[in-house]
Amino acid sequence: MKSAELPPNPDPVLNQPITPELIKKHGLLPEEYDQVCRHLGRTPSLTELGIFSVMWSEHCAYKNTRPLLKGFPTEKRGATAAFGRVLVKAGEENAGIIDVGDGWAIAFKIESHNHPSAIEPFEGAATGVGGIIRDIFTMGARPVLLTNSLRFGELDSPVTKRLLRGVVAGIAHYGNCVGVPTVAGDVYFDRSYEGNPLVNALCLGTLRHDQIRRGKATGLGNPVYYVGAATGRDGLGGAAFASKELSAESSSDRPAVQKGDPFMEKLLIEACLEMMAVPGLVVGIQDMGAAGLTCSTCETASRGGAGIEIELDQVPQREAGMNSYEVMLSESQERMLVIVQKGREREIEEVFAKWDLHAAHVGTVTDTGRMVVRHHGVVVADIPATALTDNAPVYHREARRPAYLDRTSAWTPEGSGLRDLDLEGARATLPRLLALPTIASKRWIYRQYDHMVQHGTVVLPGSDAGVVRLRLGSSEKFIAIKNDCNGRYCYLNPRRGALIAMVECLRNLVCSGATPLAMTDNLNFGNPYKPENFYQLKECVEGLAEACRYFDVPVVGGNVSLYNESPEGAIDPTPTVSVVGFIEKEAHITRQFARAAGSRLVLLGGAPTELGGSQFLGAVHGLKTGDAPAVDLDGEKRLQDYLLGQIRKGRILAAHDLSEGGLLVGISEMLFGTEKLGAEVDLSGLGSLRMDALLYGESQGRVLVEVAPGDLADVAADASLSAVPAEEIGTFRQSATLSVATSIGTLDWRVADLRSEWESSIERAMKRPGLG
Amino acid sequence: MKIKVFVTPKRNVLDPQGVAVGHALESLGLKGLKGTRVGKVVELEVDGADSPQLRSQIDKLCRDLLSNPVIEDYHYEIAGG
Repeated sequence: MKSAELPPNPDPVLNQPITPELIKKHGLLPEEYDQVCRHLGRTPSLTELGIFSVMWSEHCAYKNTRPLLKGFPTEKRGATAAFGRVLVKAGEENAGIIDVGDGWAIAFKIESHNHPSAIEPFEGAATGVGGIIRDIFTMGARPVLLTNSLRFGELDSPVTKRLLRGVVAGIAHYGNCVGVPTVAGDVYFDRSYEGNPLVNALCLGTLRHDQIRRGKATGLGNPVYYVGAATGRDGLGGAAFASKELSAESSSDRPAVQKGDPFMEKLLIEACLEMMAVPGLVVGIQDMGAAGLTCSTCETASRGGAGIEIELDQVPQREAGMNSYEVMLSESQERMLVIVQKGREREIEEVFAKWDLHAAHVGTVTDTGRMVVRHHGVVVADIPATALTDNAPVYHREARRPAYLDRTSAWTPEGSGLRDLDLEGARATLPRLLALPTIASKRWIYRQYDHMVQHGTVVLPGSDAGVVRLRLGSSEKFIAIKNDCNGRYCYLNPRRGALIAMVECLRNLVCSGATPLAMTDNLNFGNPYKPENFYQLKECVEGLAEACRYFDVPVVGGNVSLYNESPEGAIDPTPTVSVVGFIEKEAHITRQFARAAGSRLVLLGGAPTELGGSQFLGAVHGLKTGDAPAVDLDGEKRLQDYLLGQIRKGRILAAHDLSEGGLLVGISEMLFGTEKLGAEVDLSGLGSLRMDALLYGESQGRVLVEVAPGDLADVAADASLSAVPAEEIGTFRQSATLSVATSIGTLDWRVADLRSEWESSIERAMKRPGLG
Repeated sequence: MKIKVFVTPKRNVLDPQGVAVGHALESLGLKGLKGTRVGKVVELEVDGADSPQLRSQIDKLCRDLLSNPVIEDYHYEIAGG
């Protein structure tokens, strides 16, 4: 079918013929361009080419990952009519929503802003926070907390320091100004992220079931409003840009970085929530994130099974002389698209006038199924809405197992003649590991964040998971939230690494006294066109899905960030997971810090035995090899159920899961609370073939708990009933030392020395010369 | 010799500070305001004379330290050289 050509665009620049170079510059393949022509029944205008280019990018269309993501469970099997139902599923809307009982629900989602942060760390990270907050309040929810998941290169390079400084300051600036607390996070430093940092930001909001709003355009003749900040030439083509590898040329992509205004966002939050609280006023609402006006119009039209017509002359503009291509693709921040009930235009205009924000009537809902854009009255784009969304191309990419896996998975300490630690080596290793930026206290980072605003934060950053009190009408509920993903494990064994990310995250929540509820994931990978990268992606997604199904933790939303590569190669695969848990009673909230002298230290799960992928191997032997630690899902489930049971019985004073750095790092971290305790530990009864694996290995499914002497017998008896290995390994003391008896002799450290290594490592690295 | 470096937000970049100051000016009664941009001035006092070498050094310092070339423009004036 041949459709009529569009009239010439008012801006002559946009009437140039579409050449193969232009198509390539827009990131479209020749066959994709042919599909565009088929959808339109003619050749596209340049404006339309730009629109297709952003909507068919990985960032918007998930064209390389959609078939994989279908494997995620999106519903909770154990949900009841009163609790735990998924009210809005992953992929349906801007964020998923899950029922937390009494007519209340939470909306949460994580999203990446990796590429903008690599180019301009401060604004890139800040607008990442702004974008994810909009994804939450567009659902009708009030944002109550933020977390972030960051990955950088090793902290010894000046480039990494600049990125870390900028990203943290950007997150702090936006979050602190907008008044939403940053309550938790995770940060890893590894060479593979050099020059391609990962900045994943999460927002969680609360709402009543009847406040849920959808991004749907329905109702013929309903007016379409543009609200919020004016449109400028910022972030042109950001979504397409996020789907390209970073190269030396990226610095010339610089105008693609947007700048945010958190005070504007705060006004927008309040105005939108006020408007949505008026019954029947808002038909649909969506934020303008990546691909701005383009994405919000075609997605709302496509979801509503309707069409939309807009006139760009009505769009508030910050700069004169913008053409249709620029207005449609601009990624100016703090803007939303709202579909209003016909006849009630004045009501919405009054709300936005009160908050000093633009509310412009830019268009109308139609029944044509087409997105029609006019500029100065001339049609500049006319596209079937579904061609941009549901009918975007989908690819099944080739996956090939990377060759390096044969070498790394065959590695064993014995096979490579790795000498075990002697007493002096074992002693020297602990402070060294505690000072590794990946393990060390992240105080330098989180002290820049306002984690107390809104008054709900119960467990501050620095413990296993953040815990927040939600005020829901007249009632209060407690949730815990935690992010996790060790990219090193995912590099060595993608499927198992992803499993570990999930089970460790769940274990962290359980250690805080929470029952895991639902998760959101951010898949950060390299270029999917390279079969080795796609293999990692596929295996990781399958690993996550397996863990989600096993633990009945549905995925309620997420984000995919591909093309995370720098000239050195792809990043370690990093499927970051973030799980929200529910805490029944305030008394169940548990922290990782030991509380009382005389209480006992119990190790659950047995002695660690593996070295593969450990921080120890990396820091002491310079190796990133071996297989990722084994995961026993049944054992993990038994452990977590048992631990939660003991916490609810009030027998657990503190709980801390073993992760990076292993047993001694875990014990040390328990001593770094406010009580200034020491501990006397005896590991000589634990069987392990190697001292390094016992002390510093990272075997999964291990938790340290502090138990009062009077509860010890009950804790042990229940453990044996639940078939969970439990070993009393020491006693907390009112002393200044940590002493550990082993089969090769006794190790002693001053707790204050360990603490100072752990606490000030990042601060020392980030100190600026000449500033005290 | 005095060097005055002017750093301003790029024309295409949002300037929230400028917008806020503009709002305040209007509320204090300034009529007909079309736009407000806020930047900064860095004053340097340096021994020596104006030279191409000095200018290329100043340019480098402006790009690397005094301005953020991703979102800011700069220019400078040299007086008394």
